[in-house]
Amino acid sequence: MSFIDFFKGFVVTGKLPFKPKVTIQYPEEKRPKPERFHGRHVLNRYEDGMEKCIGCELCAGVCPARCIYVRGADNPPDSPVSPGERYGYVYEINFLRCIHCDMCVEACPTEAITESKLFEFSFSNRGDAIYTKSELLVDDDGKPQELPWEHWVIGDDRNTSAWVRATSPAGAASLEGQPLWSGELGYGVRPAQKGQSDPEAADFPADNDFSLRELARNALKGVGVKVGRPSKGQETG
Amino acid sequence: MGDPLFANGLNLAVWIILLVKVVVVFAFVMVSVLFMVMYERKAVAWLGVRYGPNRAGPNGWLQSLADGTKLLFKEAFTPRTADKAVYKIAPYLMLFPALVAFSIVPIGGTITVAHHTTRLQLVDPPWGILFLLMTSGIAVYGVMLAGWSSGSKYPLLGAVRASAQMVSYEAVLGLTTATVIVVTGSLHTSAIVINQHGGFLYHWNIIRTALIPFALFAIAITAEMTRPPFDLVEAEEELSGGYNMEYSSIDFAWFYLAEYAALVTNSAIIVTLWLGGPDGPGIAGHSIGPFWFLLKLLIILYIYVWIRATLPRMRYDQLMDLGWKRLIPGALAMLMIVAGFQVSRTWGFVAFGGSVLLIALLMRAIDVGHGATEVESARDEFASGRSRASGEVNG
Repeated sequence: MSFIDFFKGFVVTGKLPFKPKVTIQYPEEKRPKPERFHGRHVLNRYEDGMEKCIGCELCAGVCPARCIYVRGADNPPDSPVSPGERYGYVYEINFLRCIHCDMCVEACPTEAITESKLFEFSFSNRGDAIYTKSELLVDDDGKPQELPWEHWVIGDDRNTSAWVRATSPAGAASLEGQPLWSGELGYGVRPAQKGQSDPEAADFPADNDFSLRELARNALKGVGVKVGRPSKGQETG
Repeated sequence: MGDPLFANGLNLAVWIILLVKVVVVFAFVMVSVLFMVMYERKAVAWLGVRYGPNRAGPNGWLQSLADGTKLLFKEAFTPRTADKAVYKIAPYLMLFPALVAFSIVPIGGTITVAHHTTRLQLVDPPWGILFLLMTSGIAVYGVMLAGWSSGSKYPLLGAVRASAQMVSYEAVLGLTTATVIVVTGSLHTSAIVINQHGGFLYHWNIIRTALIPFALFAIAITAEMTRPPFDLVEAEEELSGGYNMEYSSIDFAWFYLAEYAALVTNSAIIVTLWLGGPDGPGIAGHSIGPFWFLLKLLIILYIYVWIRATLPRMRYDQLMDLGWKRLIPGALAMLMIVAGFQVSRTWGFVAFGGSVLLIALLMRAIDVGHGATEVESARDEFASGRSRASGEVNG
């Protein structure tokens, strides 16, 4: 009877205030970031301290937001900056334009530019938004530099080159799990992540997504709302 | 009846007491608006499994104050096509009735200050509850003129909707209020409240008038305030805000304030008319009347938020159907029945039988009317075709 159904709706919403909240109190409480989160860029160095950037400008060419400015220069013969012929003489990223699409990371032939997980950086003038090479380059420990307006949390600097190592190169399954990338200052050759052949990795969302779903499921439990992935049986029904 | 304050004529003390009462009531309405905005945002967040605003002030309760301050400092913009004078006056036309309506609400018994006994109520005029109907009638002007004078089409559409909605639900409001007046025999709000004293819940008008007029009154006054689910006046999706779309800065704040002041006032009126006002279980006598009053007010306000979080917005034709074809006949029938029972039991049953008969006739007439129009019959055919198809599946 529709008259009773009218009040059923009130029962559904009336239960909700007594459920655990799904809100995450952001500045105090932070969700772990996904493994391949795109944040502020870093310029990597080899294990011997040499810069990886060779000033090829592929990142600048591929950038859809046109936010990267690179100029290459010949390495000084007596004190080379990077192994090879040329190095990135000027490297600037305008973070007011950057959309964190990670295409520069894909384009980079030497894994020089990668993205950390830092997103909590708020500058108060346009000049600060343009990160130059001196700010992007990792320091002598291999750690990204922390600028005054940046708020690094533990784990932001880990796996800065996660995208590169996430799947096997060119999708060749036989190469999965083999580190085909160069080492980094302070970290060495980083281990390979599980790729697409791992059923767990393919089927399940990241842990933090899972926990959020769990929260939502708890919140909606008992009010007649089904949450989560439907099982095979439910799909047909 | 009247207020015992004026029994010994006017003197300085009486004037001072009056002034204090005016200021207190005004402050109460203003603070309750600030509170209500936050209460609504909090409660609607709870109903959405969230916390709501919790940053500004203690646990976020000063957020509405911060928002109001922000609005105050924004640019007051007037569209070029606007009728300037009316455009500027309209917010005050809406604000004024919302503020003054609270003055007739009794929040407690009497209080004695410096040998002067006075009611916890600003004024107690002989036309009492009619004042509510008057103010809610005048509030239509604010909405209508705001929409018209904005010189833009969406506010105009919103204003047309609003005025039609408010005028048609005014009738229900009047009829259901008349039911209360018939039962209590007085227009004085204080008399209406005192009449409901004497037994917790049992003597309240909500029970004495058999619940239905209360439901009709609640629906009508919700529509009168253009609260959800009757807020198609300011439907964001269709009208991008409705009558107050062009307003900004403090002018918009007045609309916002008026809306919530009306919400608080009308909830207070519901408590006064139907829920016994400051009457409560006889725990501490009538001395803590204001406490019971505020408690009931909070519960009613929560129910309003609950409704907002639950029911989807009505369509315009559904709104008009509900108003004219269901609520007005229902309210009229309940008025006749209640009035009949006031006279004698026989007349009551006669009125009841007559009402049932007439409503059945009316429903039949509405059904026939539905079938007469071409569009409606096409819809009926579609509906019957669909039910036939589902019947085949089931059979």
